[in-house]
This record gives sequence, structure tokens and C-alpha cells, in this order.
Amino acid sequence: MTMQAAPVNATLRPTVVWGLSGVVILAVAILAGVVIGETPLSLSTVTAVFANNLFDAGFVVDPIDAGIIWSYRLPRTLVAAACGAGLALSGVVLQALVRNALADPYLLGVSAGAGTGAVAVTILGLGGGAIGISAGAFIGAALAFLLVAALARAAGGGSAELVLAGIAGSQLFNALTSFFIAKSANAEQARGIMFWLLGNLSGVRWPDVWLAAPAAGLGFLACLWFTRAMDAFSFGASSASSLGISVRQVQIVLIGAVTLMTATMVSLVGSIGFVGLVIPHAMRFMVGARHSLLVPASALAGAVFLIAADIVSRILISGQVVPIGVVTALVGAPGFALILIRNRRRA
Amino acid sequence: MRIETRSVGWRAGARQLVDAVTLDIRPGETFGLVGPNGSGKSTLLRLMAGLLKRPQGEVYLDDHPIISLTRRDVAQRIALVEQMADTSEALSVRDAVELGRTPWLSALAPFSAADAAIVEEALCAVGMRDMARAAWSTLSGGERQRVHIARALAQRPRLLILDEPTNHLDIHHQLSLLRLVSDLPVTVIMALHDLNQAMGCDRLGLMQDGRLVACGAPQDVLTPERLALIFRVRATALRDPADNATIFRFHNLKTP
Repeated sequence: MTMQAAPVNATLRPTVVWGLSGVVILAVAILAGVVIGETPLSLSTVTAVFANNLFDAGFVVDPIDAGIIWSYRLPRTLVAAACGAGLALSGVVLQALVRNALADPYLLGVSAGAGTGAVAVTILGLGGGAIGISAGAFIGAALAFLLVAALARAAGGGSAELVLAGIAGSQLFNALTSFFIAKSANAEQARGIMFWLLGNLSGVRWPDVWLAAPAAGLGFLACLWFTRAMDAFSFGASSASSLGISVRQVQIVLIGAVTLMTATMVSLVGSIGFVGLVIPHAMRFMVGARHSLLVPASALAGAVFLIAADIVSRILISGQVVPIGVVTALVGAPGFALILIRNRRRA
Repeated sequence: MRIETRSVGWRAGARQLVDAVTLDIRPGETFGLVGPNGSGKSTLLRLMAGLLKRPQGEVYLDDHPIISLTRRDVAQRIALVEQMADTSEALSVRDAVELGRTPWLSALAPFSAADAAIVEEALCAVGMRDMARAAWSTLSGGERQRVHIARALAQRPRLLILDEPTNHLDIHHQLSLLRLVSDLPVTVIMALHDLNQAMGCDRLGLMQDGRLVACGAPQDVLTPERLALIFRVRATALRDPADNATIFRFHNLKTP
């Protein structure tokens, strides 16, 4: 049939256009993240350093500038992008599967569990050095989610119960984290950990990029693969099942992806709140509730938002880095309030 | 499509919601399920759609056990409209109806012009085409019900299972819905509360306390004795001179 070629092109072309604009926006944001900072660097220096490292171009650059750009700001910006995308995607998935507008990894205790796991490994020396801080965070996140899910199930299994169980879980794991710190850490360790828990990208180097980027990439692919399934959850799990979705399988893969992303991000940069909550809602407002658009839009917006938040955290007070979690919360808390008000109006 | 249940049952805690129901529903038939509140109609419908875990007995679709089929296979055959399915997502009417194409789509078979045409047709069939862009949250109960039915039609099932489809609908839409489903070339099973509407089905199954207590032609199932015993009403059968159909008028049972 001659008809068939046209609709394929018609659906493919916007996808390509949107995809390319997304890549361009992300590239610009990353460039801004590298250029802007306490040490002012010119765009030409940055380009020269990129060219030297990527293509061995051999431009003459001040080695200190080169070090700041390539070993410090670029990995930091890339990790910020991966974290933002990962946290926003986690929010999209949890809101779709839990069918609650307030669901995000922070609220459901996954972030708190990851924090506890990371602290247990670093301070208590759990696992005797056999497991790293990332693995500890992952185990903590998975345990926290299982506990919260079990508690919600025992309480009746509704979406309101899950949120309440998540709050209980968050409190418990945050308390455990504080307890571990108070019990075992010396003053300097404690200060470092508190700073890390509020979200901190200062210590980020290239090895962290090789953890964060694959986690965000895998999570993104899993979300893309299940966009239609997440749409089918609009009217609940039972409705999704009658639309041919293997509910259990989708839940396991997507919750697994959320745990992987959240745990990796928290283990690298601490818990950064509100990204997973506010970004998906803002994107729903802009591109609609269909996940085929919502997933890529949220990933991009999360990445750009966290790069921007990192820039602000570096330049807000000169000579001092404000924890990035403080910046996201300053933007996120009013955003959260807006969501609550909008939801009340709808109900 | 033929659907057969062989002594299916389902237990929730200590309560046997559906108990050993055996039914054989023929291809193209419009089968009505009647019974008082809590008699197990909805649970039986969900069992037939293969949605409940650990069911007792077996369900066969065209002689294939339903448990041997994947969810996707089942969804390509059966569409279910449940009561009170709601969403807080900001979906449009068209978005909600497009969900019906889910079992037919995959990464290799994305939403095509043919799917759009099927969605359009389903919207027309329930009279919601002019409201395709309306937001779900702005719809009335009856409009939502019609969108759910359009979603089920867009699924292009061979068996349509409807749980009290005329709920919330005004009288015009009740009649056009019943006409629509009985004209469809598919098997239809629906739970109905309006016994006069149930009289229009090819066959009726009457449920009480999870058991199927009668099954057959409507006039044979809804006898005055059963209406008194199971529905606790006294019924007078009237005859509509226009088409000679039997109409019930209901009264309270006289307390002895």
C-alpha cells in the first residue's frame, strides 16, 4: 500500500526533531555547567580543552584551567545531568505505578534507605570492605523499598497507604542514619556525611561518571521500553492487566530500574529531594500525560534542572558551595505546594 | 468467541465470593448476568477475564485454557469494562480510548493510521467523537462510562465483558448502548441490574451467594417465584402492546 509510507514518516519526523533538539539543549546545559563557576573560564578555553582531550588537538592551554575543566567541572556536570535524569525518571515511574501524584524516591523511603546503606558501609564498615559504598546504597535502597511495600501491603495496599508507609520508612531510615553517625563517626566524619546527605557534587570525578551515566542510561531505556505499559496503568493495575500488560513483570523491571537509579545517584551525591517529584509534574503540564513524551521530556528536564541547580549552588555564595539539595529544595518546595493546590482543585 | 467456565470459584479470606460456576457461552451470544448486590457477578466477570490470581476451576476460550495464554493474548480476545475505573492523570478522551489499542501494539508495530481509524470509529459508536479533546476530569459519570466502552471497543475484542455498563447513563444512552452491544458481531457478557433490560439478552444467568442458581432464556430464569425468593420483590408481568414484550413492574413483598 502506498498509504503506509506517509504515516511512518509523519510519526518519525517529529521524533527525530524532538530528539535532536533534546540533545542540543542538553549539550548547551553541559557546556554552561563547565563554563560557569567561581574561576571564570572563556568558552574558547573550554572548547580548546575539549578538543585536546577528545581529538588530541594540541592547543596550548593553561594546565590549571585544563585540570579544572576536564577533571573537575566536566565530570561534575555530567554526573549532575545523569542524577537529574535518573531522579526525574524515578519519579515518573513511581507516580505511574503507584498512581499517586506525590510518589517519588524521596517520599517512598528509597533515598533514605540508600543513605543508610551508604553510611553503614562507610562508617560501620559493614561488609568488611567487600562491598563498596554504591553497593551499600543499592542494598539499602532495595531493602527500604521492600520494607515500605510490605508495610503498605499490610496496611491495605492502597496508594494512600503506600505514601504513608513511605513516610514511616523514610523517618526510620533517616533515624538509623543519624544513629550510625552519632554512634560511630568522629566529628569530622559526621560533618562530611551530613554535608554529603544534603547533596554534594564536590567530590565527583570521572569514575563516578562511569557509574552514574550507565545507571541513568539503563533506567532511561527501561522507561522508554515500557512507556505504553505505564500509560496502561492510568486506570489502575487491574485495567492495565486487562489491556494485556504483564503487571508483575513491568513492576519488577521498572521498580528495579528505579532502585538502581536512585541508589546509584544517592551513593554518589547524597539525597537530592524534589527533583523526582516536581520535574515529572512540570513536564506533565507541558507535554501531557502520555509517557512516550513524558519519559524523554522528564529525563531531559531533570538533567538540565540539576545542572542549573549545581551552577547556582557553586555561585550563590562566593567562596562556598551550598549543598545542591538545599538549592533543589528551595525551588522544589514551592513547586510541591503548587502540585498540592492543583490536585485539590481537580479532585 | 466461545467461553466456558468449569466449576470456577474464588475465595477472598473466609468468604467464597464465587462458588463452582459452570457456564458455556456460545459465540455471538449476548449473555446477561443478574443477581442481588454481592452475589458475585463482578468477581465472576473478572474470573472470566482471567484477572484474578489463584482461581478455582478452569476457564476455556475457544477450548484453550485461559491460563495457557499470555496477558497480551487474552487482551486481544477479551475486553473488560469494570465499574468505577478512574484516573487522576490528565488524559483526554482520545488518550483514554487509544489505550484500547495497547494489546495490539509493540515496539515493532507502533500506533498507525489503522489504529487511529479504529479509535475514531469507537468514539463515534458511543457518541463521544465531538468530545475527543475533552479532559477526563471534566467528564460526567455517564460520559466516562461511554469512554470506557469506547476503549473496550477499540480493543477489537471477540468477547466483550461489561460490568453494569448502563450505570450512570441517561435513558437514551442506556438504550443506545444496549442496542450497540447486541448489534456487535462479538460475544457479550454483561452484569445488569435493570431486570427489564436483562430481558433483552439472549440468555441470562442468575447468581445468588456466589452460585449460579439458574441459567437459560430470560423468561425462564426470571420467574415470579425467583424474583420473590432472590430479589425479594413481587413482580407483575405486563405486556407491551407495541411489541408484545414482557415488562416487569416491581412491588415490595408484603410482610406477612
